[in-house]
Amino acid sequence: MTNRTAPAGDAATATSPADGPPEERRTTSARQRARLIRRQRRSRWDVKLSPYLYVSPFFVLFAIVGLYPLLYTGYLSLFDWNRAYYVRGEFVGLDNYTFVLTDPVFRKSLVNTFSIFLMSSVPQVVLAVGVAALLDTRLRGRTFWRMSVLLPFVVAPTAAVLIFGSLFADRYGIINQVLGEVGLEPIRWHVDRWWSHFAIAGMVNWRWTGYNALIFLAAMQAVPRDLYEAASLDGAGRVRQFFAVTLPMIRPTMIFVIITSTIGGLQIFTEPRLFDDTPNREGGPDHQYMTSTLYIYVKGIEDQFYGRASAAAWILFLIIVGIALLNFAITRFLTRRSVS
Amino acid sequence: MRNRPGFLVYGLLGAFVLGSALPLYWSFVIGSHTKADANSFPPPLLPGGHFLENARRVLDTVDFWQAMLNSLLVATACGVAVVFFSTLAGYAFAKLSFRGSNALMGFVVMTMAVPTQLAIVPLFILMRDYQLLDTLAAVALPTLVTAFGVFFMRQYLVDAVPTELIEAARMDGCTMLRTFWTVAVPAARPAMAILFLFTFMQVWTDYMWPLVALQKTETLQIALDRLALTGQGQTTDYALVLAGAGMSTLPLLLLFVLAGRQLVTGIMQGAVKG
Repeated sequence: MTNRTAPAGDAATATSPADGPPEERRTTSARQRARLIRRQRRSRWDVKLSPYLYVSPFFVLFAIVGLYPLLYTGYLSLFDWNRAYYVRGEFVGLDNYTFVLTDPVFRKSLVNTFSIFLMSSVPQVVLAVGVAALLDTRLRGRTFWRMSVLLPFVVAPTAAVLIFGSLFADRYGIINQVLGEVGLEPIRWHVDRWWSHFAIAGMVNWRWTGYNALIFLAAMQAVPRDLYEAASLDGAGRVRQFFAVTLPMIRPTMIFVIITSTIGGLQIFTEPRLFDDTPNREGGPDHQYMTSTLYIYVKGIEDQFYGRASAAAWILFLIIVGIALLNFAITRFLTRRSVS
Repeated sequence: MRNRPGFLVYGLLGAFVLGSALPLYWSFVIGSHTKADANSFPPPLLPGGHFLENARRVLDTVDFWQAMLNSLLVATACGVAVVFFSTLAGYAFAKLSFRGSNALMGFVVMTMAVPTQLAIVPLFILMRDYQLLDTLAAVALPTLVTAFGVFFMRQYLVDAVPTELIEAARMDGCTMLRTFWTVAVPAARPAMAILFLFTFMQVWTDYMWPLVALQKTETLQIALDRLALTGQGQTTDYALVLAGAGMSTLPLLLLFVLAGRQLVTGIMQGAVKG
């Protein structure tokens, strides 16, 4: 993975005494020599310290807005904040965790999170691979098709929910009106738990499928073309080629997409919050589509239960990291088997 | 070589693109009709003539221009900062050898899998304690440099900058920073443009963090949120809400028309190298 280069800096400093132009070297006085040595010393520090200086902004910022908040969340979760931050309550150990884990609303939010995640990730990956396969042909107007597929990506989730919210409106939404015309019962998109997940997953899929299709397309184009030629010489048709050559070859990309969409998909927030068309916005009147991230926001920022929100955040955090690691382990297992 | 695709391929792709475009089209159709027409059935299928009227109602309801200016400021600031810091760090990881570089790079990659957005409560407290709550600085702060940016620039610069060129610059007596400026930055320019685009869009479309960090000040997404709240009622005022949604999408749509090609290459590049 790493492409180690020759230690460019060291080589440069080693030659730096003879650095200046020749005529300058000929007239070296004691003063100039001292300046040269000073410069050389400075240059050595320059070479040694610069790389650390260049990478430091990331680490400093990550420490402030990533690591510290994460650890502080853990600290907060062990105290009873009693709704008022400046009066820190007493140390309560794992009480907040017990509260959150036995809170029916949090449990419901976890189930919702997973349900929405599954409904959005699985069809999305399948569809994206399909679209990528369509794009991976000798199309006329390639750039046009690739750009068109990406169009939904420029619509902010906020705008997307509002648009889809009107399509999925319970009473006058166009989808329900059409269902009515066909003679079917209208679906209560904002009330029925699983249908609301379906609607929310729909907008997530709408926004991300094209984006992922382009990632898959890039992977497909990296597949050596002679593999296809060999396959077609062996008598494999288009479909057979897709399953026997394309899919196995893009597996690493598939894993990458699955992992990133897991991390993102388990933190869905904007859609469930704005899908609620009542002013309280806690994921439906009965929390039918409240996700865990929304739970953390409502508990922590709106209700100011810092301890409980922090406990919920840590639980969700552990779940996400755990699933990411599991994903990683499974993929390593699978790829290793496929190599041998 | 494989043959030119047939009608089936074009048909399926066309259907997908149609599905991608329809919701956006829908927002402009509904947003350009009166409230009564927008809620009628069968719904209008073509854009109407009331867009300006609805736009005026949007401007009366929320401070749309101020919100857009705020979004523009924050997204640009984050874009510039991310590009600058990520290029520096990516260059160091790709081309300079220093003790611990592998471990540090591994750490950067690892942080991409850490959902730090979950720690909103301490971040909120942090912003409040430093009196940053309700400022644009608070919105921008968490996105001044990203792990993705560092990773992306590193991957690009590994191949884009010949090591001999760096050595030559050093031989000529360039300081490290000057070498970076004269050798790495020109080579990194295409990737910098792409990274800027992505960061800009990410910050522009973000909803959760501004919602936490702001109170009276509004970014575009927060203004849209408030617009949706106003539009609620016995029958939701979709003409108003969707006009706002459409208006808020226009800037990015323009960006897409101008730089969509770069977005496509950016996504595809990131995928192969990532």
